[in-house]
Amino acid sequence: MSTDRDWRPGADVAVLQKRARMLQQLRTFFAQRDVLEVETPILQRQAVTDVHIDSLRIPLDGADGYLHTSPEYPMKRLLAAGSGPIYQVCKVFRAGEAGRRHNPEFTLLEWYRPGFDHHALMHELEQLVRVLLADACSLDETCKFSYRDLFHHYLQRDPFTCSVAELQQLARQQHIDIVGNEVMDRDSWLDLLLTHAIEPQLPANRPVFIYDYPASQSALARLQQQDNITVASRFELYLNGLELANGYHELQDPVEQRQRFEQDQQQRQQQGRFVPEIDEKFLAALEHGLPDCAGVALGLDRLLMIASGCDDIRDVLSFSIERA
Amino acid sequence: MATYSTNEFKSGLKIMLDGDPCTIIENEFVKPGKGQAFNRVKIRNLLTGRVLEKTFKSGDSVEAADVMDTDMQYLYNDGEAWHFMHPETFEQVAADEKAVGDAAKWLKEQDVCTVTLWNGNPISVMPPNHVVLTIAQTDPGVKGDTASGGGKPATTDTGAVVRVPLFIEEGEQIKVDTRKGEYVGRVKE
Repeated sequence: MSTDRDWRPGADVAVLQKRARMLQQLRTFFAQRDVLEVETPILQRQAVTDVHIDSLRIPLDGADGYLHTSPEYPMKRLLAAGSGPIYQVCKVFRAGEAGRRHNPEFTLLEWYRPGFDHHALMHELEQLVRVLLADACSLDETCKFSYRDLFHHYLQRDPFTCSVAELQQLARQQHIDIVGNEVMDRDSWLDLLLTHAIEPQLPANRPVFIYDYPASQSALARLQQQDNITVASRFELYLNGLELANGYHELQDPVEQRQRFEQDQQQRQQQGRFVPEIDEKFLAALEHGLPDCAGVALGLDRLLMIASGCDDIRDVLSFSIERA
Repeated sequence: MATYSTNEFKSGLKIMLDGDPCTIIENEFVKPGKGQAFNRVKIRNLLTGRVLEKTFKSGDSVEAADVMDTDMQYLYNDGEAWHFMHPETFEQVAADEKAVGDAAKWLKEQDVCTVTLWNGNPISVMPPNHVVLTIAQTDPGVKGDTASGGGKPATTDTGAVVRVPLFIEEGEQIKVDTRKGEYVGRVKE
């Protein structure tokens, strides 16, 4: 890709200026709403258990340290300690993620709103995105789908009830030719259909929210009963088919949180992968009491891709991993 | 057996798929933030030339194809196969019609070609970008003939038909760009 002596940045000066302006605007946005800017450690003593996210390991005082994959746990510890609404802009790191839409190091904006549920936070996120993109484009009206409606609308299937065999057949009908699929679980089939068949069809030039995910994809969201199914109070924001943000009405229950971490550990164990320890400080904070809140993480590099009309994340980073 | 993990995927990588050697043309990493990662790849089957789209679960491994592009000298055709020799080891291989394909009409003895070997056997042959060939047959050019657009067909000693300027005569040598099949110039001895 780039040669040894190719020292030039991947992003134009105009894009760097847009990035700086975006940071200014979002700080103004949160200052006006009395949301406090915080910093938490990038360097962590523990890796995340999340089955689909791998932490980068680095030596730390004769033991293993890890670069954070999101500032979620320490930010929730601040909330439990009574911080009130908080936000953070930081670099996060995810091993093995590189491509047209991924760089192993990227910039997240994450914030938490006590007293909000996921719908209230979706509304605030939409307002922020419209502010940050105001110079670049005028977005059409926002569109919201529950995860269930989304699959009904685009694939005429119920993602909560249809079998793995049906999902597999559906992928074939969509001409998705997957190699070595015998070990894919149900959620992976849903992810395959979402990324390959649905994302490219999502309406352009308008924020698209997907909410109420299957419980098996709840991560740190609380669960609720709806029409005889259990859904996770989780949402994602897409713009022009690009996944921009992921948020939750946050799980407060330390017992359930521990069970989810243990499930993650078991899955990693079964896959023969590294099994991180559970973050006991985070669970202790939940035991102390996390206020009822919603939180969301927004990928600023991808938002900048849209603001600059770029189709490759390497065009909005001063130096992507290839040039770093 | 050598294998590649999906995180080593990049264009040009040679892998085995359904028993056939293939080369990766394009590799795209696709992943929902909280979900399963995939590699969406465009692949060319090196035996059939067909281009396919496949998706791999990221982290999976795939068998490497023992495919090597080797510069070899074309020696001769024995009526059935085209024989090539490695210029340093003097090792010889025989390529059949399927492997040589369209390259046959550009093959001149002594020329160095790129031979793609799979498990040591030739599966495709790329002629040099430029070859010098002798005109075996062409009609005499008629002065002032403008209807033919200032050119005429000529057959080379290797059997290729190339459009040449009117002044080219039988027995002359010409330089041809094999990628486009176009006349480049006259070669004077």
